[in-house]
Amino acid sequence: MAALRTISFDGVIVGGGGAGMRAALQLAQSGYKTAVISKVFPTRSHTVSAQGGITCAIASADPNDDWRWHMYDTVKGSDYIGDQDAIEYMCSVGPEAVFELEHMGLPFSRTEEGRIYQRPFGGQSKNYGEGGQAARTCAAADRTGHALLHTLYQGNMKNNTVFFNEWYATDLVKNQDGAVVGVIAICMETGEIVYVKSKATVFATGGAGRIYASTTNAHINTGDGIGMALRAGFPVQDIEMWQFHPTGIAGAGVLVTEGCRGEGGYLINKDGERFMERYAPNAKDLAGRDVVARSMVLEIIEGRGCGPEGDHVFLKLDHLGEEVLESRLPGICELSRTFAHADPVKEPVPVVPTCHYMMGGIPTNVHGQALTVDANGNDQIIPGLYACGEVACVSVHGANRLGGNSLLDLVVFGRASGLYIENALRSGIEMRDASDSDIEQARSRLDKLNQSSGGENVAALRKELQSTMQNHFGVFRNAEFMQKGIEKLADLRGRIENARLDDKSMAYNTARIEALELHNLFEVAEATAIAAEERKESRGAHARDDFQERDDANWLCHSLYFPTDKRVGKRAVNFEPKTVETFQPKARVY
Amino acid sequence: MLQVSIYRYNPETDSEPYMQDVQVDTGGKDLMVLDVLELIKSQDTTVTYRRSCREGVCGSDGMNMNGKNGLACITPLSETVRNNKLVLRPLPGLPVVRDLVVDMSMFYAQYEKVQPFLMNDTPAPAIERLQSPEEREKLDGLYECILCACCSSACPSFWWNPDRFIGPSGLLQAYRFLADSRDTATEERLAKLDDPFSVFRCHGIQNCVNVCPKNLNPTRAIGHIRNMLLSRAT
Repeated sequence: MAALRTISFDGVIVGGGGAGMRAALQLAQSGYKTAVISKVFPTRSHTVSAQGGITCAIASADPNDDWRWHMYDTVKGSDYIGDQDAIEYMCSVGPEAVFELEHMGLPFSRTEEGRIYQRPFGGQSKNYGEGGQAARTCAAADRTGHALLHTLYQGNMKNNTVFFNEWYATDLVKNQDGAVVGVIAICMETGEIVYVKSKATVFATGGAGRIYASTTNAHINTGDGIGMALRAGFPVQDIEMWQFHPTGIAGAGVLVTEGCRGEGGYLINKDGERFMERYAPNAKDLAGRDVVARSMVLEIIEGRGCGPEGDHVFLKLDHLGEEVLESRLPGICELSRTFAHADPVKEPVPVVPTCHYMMGGIPTNVHGQALTVDANGNDQIIPGLYACGEVACVSVHGANRLGGNSLLDLVVFGRASGLYIENALRSGIEMRDASDSDIEQARSRLDKLNQSSGGENVAALRKELQSTMQNHFGVFRNAEFMQKGIEKLADLRGRIENARLDDKSMAYNTARIEALELHNLFEVAEATAIAAEERKESRGAHARDDFQERDDANWLCHSLYFPTDKRVGKRAVNFEPKTVETFQPKARVY
Repeated sequence: MLQVSIYRYNPETDSEPYMQDVQVDTGGKDLMVLDVLELIKSQDTTVTYRRSCREGVCGSDGMNMNGKNGLACITPLSETVRNNKLVLRPLPGLPVVRDLVVDMSMFYAQYEKVQPFLMNDTPAPAIERLQSPEEREKLDGLYECILCACCSSACPSFWWNPDRFIGPSGLLQAYRFLADSRDTATEERLAKLDDPFSVFRCHGIQNCVNVCPKNLNPTRAIGHIRNMLLSRAT
């Protein structure tokens, strides 16, 4: 095997979405040699699809707003398995991080006072749940992700960050001490394979919604970071926790923002009934996403779904009037007309719960340092590896993420990772070089794929994987169904590992990338399945027919999936915020 | 069966590009053009194109469909197919990397040239910089650009001078910062644009407006920049 070309950096960020670019910006400003590896041009990353906004107590809509109220909502939303030190950090640092974005040029919508416009979102309250609905989500119309991602790209351009656009990272390189010392990456345009060596490798690879057949996620959301971590033998946390967004457009899967309900829209069943009043008498349509999604599925199961098949419900918006819709929700009007053939100004939008967000991921501390646990259950930092954004599980979302918290998560922890790495680099990072065999090990999967001759078609296998996950690990779960799903996955593993690559050319070979992505999708799916079967309770997004209650005695903890022996362990949740009293678990009602 | 004709070129194996005819069973549905490409790729994995969000917000899948630039993911067959025929070509005027994938470096270089980031030399306040809803409204129709290159690659002036004419997309972004009440670098920005090529190669034929998948109006933005340059000169 010919030796690979090596490129060296102080910090390498894998992923050019919001988290990756915020981390990169921090490092680029520090003067350290930084590169971003992104499989798409950065502004094509999935952050661009975020619509409704970034939730943060900047006290614009309500001058008395308090980040502690936001923290309370987030802890409650997480169904109490979000780490309170991390949530405290996110909510308290949030305003600073949001103002930085504004100073960078993010075109937020404005109030009459000239401040950032904030809209109500689900699960938001004033005064620790006692003061009614809050309006805490900072918005740029309904294109906040677009505005945020472009602003971050522009900020990186201003600071001369090095981008490897349309490069694809395939696997982690570990040295003999088990430290991460970079990644193997392919330049898509030329097909060249390179060892990108780095003192700090930051995974900001986003989610993996494409493990499901019906998802709001982009084609590119294939869990590449999770796949790489699992193959390197590192664990993932709470990976059974998948958010199904209440309002994906039926059939198309395209998202319409929770901001629609924040602005006054509501869900109706076939009888025209505003059914959320029955399920969540106080918050109604702005209850937690898990609660709303389950209520919708129950309406459909009980025969009150809409349409000829009765397989969706309606989101009613027309009563808001054309002016509000066109100024506050212009993107939604566009998407609805294109994908639902429904004009929200005149008619309701057909919607159905759709896979949206991976709450679990690579466990990290608040500095973005990736963690594993030793034999005694103590946290161990994985040297050289960091994660932020959706791929990470820090954990601020626990068992259910609140709307608007993902953009805040990625900005705050992208920034925190960058800050930590900057300091670590300043005090000096020493790691042993990877040996030739370490590098060979890391590229072995790629080599095997390139030599494949037989095997099955990638698109067909992907479809089979997605329908397995959709059918066996959806909104409602039970042991019997999940076990069948796990059996199907066991059968799929070998077939996917041996999938066929017909196209061996070097030039912009997307078939090769899709085959590699399929391996990652599979790793995420299998971890999800095994962890979901193991967690014998209902909490947040994980709802089981056979264990309908939350079980704090046994499961008020993170799950930790270890890939080497496919074992599910437990890891303690942090209940020790630094500046406020612990929020004790209580019944979660909206 | 829909008759699809796709531009094919793999620099490793083809001495020159060719059109490949494929028949696609759409099941009678009004699919998006991207769905059709995905159906084709599930059979022939060598067919190459970019795609990401599949909902018209990331700008990956700009291409030329039956002679008109647009995004494959939000273009329904009913909007583009005539006589049961769909001809797919890469965006015109840019070098082809492979099949429908074009080299966008020249396009991005023009974007970078306009310094598309906020410049403000006053110290930042502890909170956000204030901006009235009226001032903010001036950015509507500008900040939504997704850099898909449909406009610039439909512009003859850009085909002729891709190195010197900024092109509609870059100029739309130039004006997005000129129009931002928070930006203090108006003079510096205008000085950089004040030459015979950067702005004035636009002849107002509005191909850009005609193809923009986000319904933006680069020609109007260019008109505003012209006026600013002219009033600066007098």
